[in-house]
Amino acid sequence: MSLDSKSTAPAHPTPEHGRTSALGSLLKLRELPVVLALVVLVAVTAAINPLFLSEQGIKDLLLNATILMILAVGQTLVIITRNIDLSVGSILGLVAFSTGSLFVAAPNLPIVAVFVLGMLFGAVLGGLNGLLITIAKVPALVITLGTLYIFRGINNAWAGGTQYFAGDRPEAFGNLSVDTALGFPVITLIAVVVVAIVAVYMLGTRPGRDLYAIGSDPDAARLFGIPVTRRVLLAFVVNGLLAGLAGVLYASRFNSVGATTGSGLELDVVAAAVVGGVAIFGGSGTVVGAAIGALLLTTITSALTALRVDKFWQQAIVGILILAAVVIDRIASVRSARKLRIAEARNV
Amino acid sequence: MSDPSASPTAVQPEGHQPESGPPPKGRRMAATPGSTKTAAEAGRKPARSRTGKADTSTVLAVSKGRTGAARMLLGRDAIMIYVLLVVVLYASIVIPRFASPVTVGFLLLDVIPTLLIALPMTLVIISGEIDLSVASIAGLTSALMGVLWQGGMNIALVLVICVLAGLVAGAFNGVLIAYLGLPSLAVTIGTLALFRGLALVVIGDNAVANFPPGLTAFFTSKLGGTGIPTVMIGVVVLIIAFAVVLHFTPFGRGLFALGYSKEAATFVGIDVARSKFLLYLATGTVSALAGIYWTLRYSSARSDNASGLELAVIAAVLLGGVSIFGGKGSIPGVLAGVLLIGTINYALKLDRVSEVVLIIVTGSLLIISVVAPNIASAIRRARHSRQVRSAPLP
Amino acid sequence: MTHFDGGSVATDPAAGTPVLALRGALKTFGPVVALADGTIELAAGEIHALVGENGAGKSTLVKILAGVHQPDAGEFLVAGQAVSFRNVADSKAAGISVIYQEPTLFPDLTVAENIFIGRQPKGRFGLISRVEMRRRARELFDQLGVPIDPDRVAEGLSIADQQIIEIAKAISLDARILVMDEPTAALSGVEVDRLFAVARRLRDGGSGILFISHRFDEVFGLCDRITVMRDGTYITTHDTAATSVEEIVREMVGRDINALFPKTETEAGDVVLRVTGLTRPGVFHDIDFEVRAGEIVALSGLVGAGRTEVARAVFGIDRYESGTVEMFGRALRRKDPRAAIDAGIGFVPEDRRKQGLVMDLSVERNAALTLRHSLARFGIISGRAEREAAETWGKRLQVKAGSPEHAVSTLSGGNQQKVVLAKWLATDPKLLIIDEPTRGIDVGTKSEVHRLISELAGRGIAILMISSELPEVLGMADRVLVMREGRITGRLNRTEATAETVMHAATASLESTR
Repeated sequence: MSLDSKSTAPAHPTPEHGRTSALGSLLKLRELPVVLALVVLVAVTAAINPLFLSEQGIKDLLLNATILMILAVGQTLVIITRNIDLSVGSILGLVAFSTGSLFVAAPNLPIVAVFVLGMLFGAVLGGLNGLLITIAKVPALVITLGTLYIFRGINNAWAGGTQYFAGDRPEAFGNLSVDTALGFPVITLIAVVVVAIVAVYMLGTRPGRDLYAIGSDPDAARLFGIPVTRRVLLAFVVNGLLAGLAGVLYASRFNSVGATTGSGLELDVVAAAVVGGVAIFGGSGTVVGAAIGALLLTTITSALTALRVDKFWQQAIVGILILAAVVIDRIASVRSARKLRIAEARNV
Repeated sequence: MSDPSASPTAVQPEGHQPESGPPPKGRRMAATPGSTKTAAEAGRKPARSRTGKADTSTVLAVSKGRTGAARMLLGRDAIMIYVLLVVVLYASIVIPRFASPVTVGFLLLDVIPTLLIALPMTLVIISGEIDLSVASIAGLTSALMGVLWQGGMNIALVLVICVLAGLVAGAFNGVLIAYLGLPSLAVTIGTLALFRGLALVVIGDNAVANFPPGLTAFFTSKLGGTGIPTVMIGVVVLIIAFAVVLHFTPFGRGLFALGYSKEAATFVGIDVARSKFLLYLATGTVSALAGIYWTLRYSSARSDNASGLELAVIAAVLLGGVSIFGGKGSIPGVLAGVLLIGTINYALKLDRVSEVVLIIVTGSLLIISVVAPNIASAIRRARHSRQVRSAPLP
Repeated sequence: MTHFDGGSVATDPAAGTPVLALRGALKTFGPVVALADGTIELAAGEIHALVGENGAGKSTLVKILAGVHQPDAGEFLVAGQAVSFRNVADSKAAGISVIYQEPTLFPDLTVAENIFIGRQPKGRFGLISRVEMRRRARELFDQLGVPIDPDRVAEGLSIADQQIIEIAKAISLDARILVMDEPTAALSGVEVDRLFAVARRLRDGGSGILFISHRFDEVFGLCDRITVMRDGTYITTHDTAATSVEEIVREMVGRDINALFPKTETEAGDVVLRVTGLTRPGVFHDIDFEVRAGEIVALSGLVGAGRTEVARAVFGIDRYESGTVEMFGRALRRKDPRAAIDAGIGFVPEDRRKQGLVMDLSVERNAALTLRHSLARFGIISGRAEREAAETWGKRLQVKAGSPEHAVSTLSGGNQQKVVLAKWLATDPKLLIIDEPTRGIDVGTKSEVHRLISELAGRGIAILMISSELPEVLGMADRVLVMREGRITGRLNRTEATAETVMHAATASLESTR
C-alpha cells in the first residue's frame, strides 16, 4: 500500500452501528425502491380499474414479464461482474428462430430436447462473448456490440424472409404459454424457478459470491486468488444459456419468429436490471431485484392500458424510471463518495 | 475488464516506482508484422523512419527510431484509411457500376446521419464517456418537426425549435453526467428510452409527410453532375469544425488529457465538468440536425426515425480507432470508419450480396478492430515477460 | 521452490529459528534499484519495527514478503524453510498476512464475507452458511475485543475498522506472521491504542509482527526490536531498550546532507504567495504561511499530515472552508486551477503517472498542455508553435527522449519529472509548488533535479516544496514548515532546521510543541 495516501489524514472514527436492526436492513435493500414502485403502480391501477387484477389480468401481466425477467436475471450476472452483454436480444432471436426451424426439421423431437438444445446454443453464443472478452481483454461493451450485429446478421441470413408461425410448432409447446399450474402460466413458473436457482447460486455459493467480489474490485479479486477469468466466462455462459431459454420460450409464447425477433431487447434488459437496483458498475444488486425490475417495466405497459392512459407514454416513463433508479442509487449509497475519497488518496 | 495496472494493491514501491513503460521497442516491433499490419505498411516502415539507423539495420533498430510522421502513417487511423481506400478500389474494379456519381450520391445520402452524429460522439468517447441517447434525440426532433409543421408553423421556425430541442436534450444529459456525476452509460440508457418515449408522446403512431417539396428536394439534390449531395457542404463544414476543435484547439487538447486521466487534466486547469457538459450539448444539437436531415431526406416524420442508430454510430466510431476507454482517436479515423462501413454496405448491396451479410461484416470489423491489437500486445507482453524473467536469474 | 545461496547474517538473538528471515534481497525495476540488500529477521512472539526514510526500500521489502514482487536475488526463509512466492496467494499460504495502511476490502460485500471470501463455511446442501460465517466473524472480533457488526457492508467503514477486519482475516487464516505497513498513518489516537492492544495480544499469542512506521513514539512504545534501512540497504538491528531516537535518526539519514544538495544562497524578495487561515475541517486547520520570491520553503512532516492537501487547496484542486490564498496580494478564487495557473502558480504533483502527466500522450503534447491557451492564435493551436514550445524547454532541461512525439510513458522517471517541470516552466510561473520532487527518481537524476530547483529559486521563482525526505528538506530549504495532523507545528529557518528538530515537530504530540 502506498505510504502516501494522504487525503485520509485524520480518520474520523465511525460511530459503531451495533447490530443492524431487521427494519434497518430492510430499508437498506437495494430492491426496496423497485418493490415499492411496483406495489404502488399495481395498487393505484387496481383501484382505478379493478379488472387489472382479475385472474386474466394477472396472467397476462406475468406472461408479458416472463421473457424479460429471464433475460434480466442473466444480464444481472454479467453486470455484477462489471461487464455488460448487449447481444442478448440477438441471441434470443437466433435461438427463437432455430427453435422454429427445429420443429419443422424434426417435428417429433421431445420438447425437453428442444429446450436443452436451445439453451446449449445460447450458452455457446454467450461463451463466445465471454471468451472474446476475457482472453482478448476487450471491454464487454464493444465485444457484445459487435456480436449483437453478428448474431443478428446470422439470424437474418438464415431466416431471410422465412417466419415460423404458431402452426409450425407442436401444440403442446405452444400450450406452455397458455396452460396454467396453480394459477400461474407454465412459462412464468419456469422463469420463477430460474430466478430462484440463480438467486440461491448468487447468494449461497462461493462462485456466486466471487462474482460480487469481482465486480466490487476486479483487481483485488485477482489478488485474492479468485479465478476472475473463469468466473466472468461463467457469467457470460449462464447469461447466454438464459437468453437461449428465453428464446425457446419466446417461440412458444409469440405467434411468429423470424429475422428480427428480439431486436432492441438488449436495452430493455439492461434497463430492467438497473431499475431493479443492479449497479451498472458491478458489485451489487440481486437477480431478484432485476426480475422485479423486469416485472415493473412490463407492468407499466399493462397499467397504462388499464388506466386508458395514452400508451405512448409508456416508454417515456420507462426512461424516467431508469434515471430515477440511477439517481436513487447515487443518493442511497455513500459508495461513490467513499470510492472517490480512496481514489483521491491513492492518486495522491 | 479493468486495467491491471490500476490495481489498488499493486501500488508503487515507496521510493522507486517501476517505470512501467512499454517494453523495449525492439521486441514490440518484432511482434507486430505477423499480427496486425498488412504487407503494404511493413514495406513502408524503413522508408519512413527519420533516423539514420533506418537503412542500415534490422527491424529492431528501425522501430526504435520510428518518428512521428512514420507513426502517423502507420497509426490506427492510417490503417483505417488504407483499408477504406483498398475497399473502394477493389469495389470499383470488381463491381460494375460502383465507380459512378450515382454511387457516391446514394452512399453519402445513406451515411450522413451516422457521419453527423459520429462527430460529437467521437469527442464524447475520447473524453471517456458515452452517449446512447443520440438516436432518440434524432427521433424526438423528427417527431417534433412533424407535429409543429402539421400544426401550421413556419418551417424556418420549426427547424429552429427542433435544433433547440436537441440542445435542451443534450443539456439534460450533460447536467446529469457532468454536474451530478452520474455514470453516462446508465444515464443515457435512461434518456434513450425517455427521449424516444417523448417522441412517441409527441407524434404517436402518426407520420407526417407533407413537408415543403422544395425543402425535401433540396435535401436529396446533388451538386451538378458529381453526385455529391448538396447537404454535404454543410456536413463537411461540421466535419471541419469538429476536426479543428478536437485537434487544434485548447479545448480539444483538454479532451484527450481528460480521457486518459481526469486527475492529470484537473492539474493543468481543465474544467472537467464544463468540458463534458459542452460535449453533451454538442451531441444533442448534432443529433437534432441528424433528425432533421432524416425527416426531410425520407420526407417522413415518425417517432421511430433513426431508431437503433446509436449502436451503428458507436460501432463506426470505435471501428475508426477511438478507444472506448477514452484518450485515443481522431476525426479522420472516424470518417474512415463511417465511410468504410457505408462503402462495404453499399458495395455489397450493388454486388447483390444479401443485405443481411452487411451487419455481420460490421460486427466482425468492430470486433477484429479491437481484438487484434490486444492480442498482438498480449503476445508482445508474453514474450517480454518471458525474456525478463529468464534474464536476471542465471 | 527456489533455493538461493544466501550469505550468512549475524545470528538471531531470539531463541530458535526466526519465523521469517529475508537476507540480502535484491529488487530492481529496470535501471532503478529499489532494494539492494533487503534483510529482516522476525522472531515468534516479537513486534519488530522496520524504519527508514521514504525511499529506503521498506515498501519494496513488504511487497516481497507479501508476494507482490519477486526478489531478483537473496535468501527468503519462512520458519526455516526456503520459499519463493509467485503471488500473494503463495505468501498467504505460507502464513504471512500484510495489513496495509489502506486495506483492500470489497466495498459491496459484508464484513463477514470480506473475511471469508473464497473460503466461506458451508452448511446444508453445500451452500454457504451465513449463520456460521457470522458466528465465526463475531468470534474473531470478540477475540480482538472490537465490536464490528459482521453483517454490515464494508463500504463506509473507517480505515481503522478495515484494518481490524484485515487482522481478523489474518487470524482466521492462521497467519503466524503479520506485517503492518504504516497502519497508524490514518488513525486517530483512540484507534491507534486499539490497534496496539490487538497487536500486543497477537504477539503474546506467539505471532511475529513486523511493524512499519515513521512515528518514533509508536516504534519505541510498541516494538521489541528495530531494524533500520537506508537507500535500499539493511543498516542494523537494535533491541529497543538499548537504543535511542537520536541514534535511529542518525542511522536513517546517515549521510552528508550538504554535499548532496547544492542550494545556492539567494536573497528572498517580495512576498509572492500568502496563505491565511486556510482550513478544511478534518484535513487542515488555520494554515498561515508565505513564500517569497527566490525562496525555497519546504512543507515537511509525516505522510498524512495534510501537506499535499494544503498544496492542492492552494492550487485550487480541492475546496477549503475558510481562509484565503493570495498571489501578490490578490485573492485567488477557490477551487479553480485555471485561476491559479493564470496567477502564476505551477504545480508539480507527487504522482507523475496519474497527476503530473498524461502518460499516453506524447512528450510535446504533455509539455504544451499548460500552454494550450496561450499557444492558440484565434483559438487554433499550431502544431509547430506547440513543438517549438516543447522543444525549447525540453532542451533547456535536457530531457532525454527518443522523439518529442513519443509517448511520455516511454521516458525514465527522471526525464518524466523534467517534462513536468518543463510544462510548468513554460508558463513562466512566479510560484512553483513541487510535491515530492525526487520521488521514484534514481540518485543521479535526483541531484540534477535539485540543482534545477535551486537554479529556479536563484532566478526569483518562489518555491514551495513538499518532501518526505529529510535530507532533501534540510539541504534545499530556506525555511521549513512542519505539519502534523493538519496543523503547522514547527516553523524553522535554515539554521534551526536539523533532523532532530524537524522530526520532533513532525512526530511529537501536539501539546508538547510550541
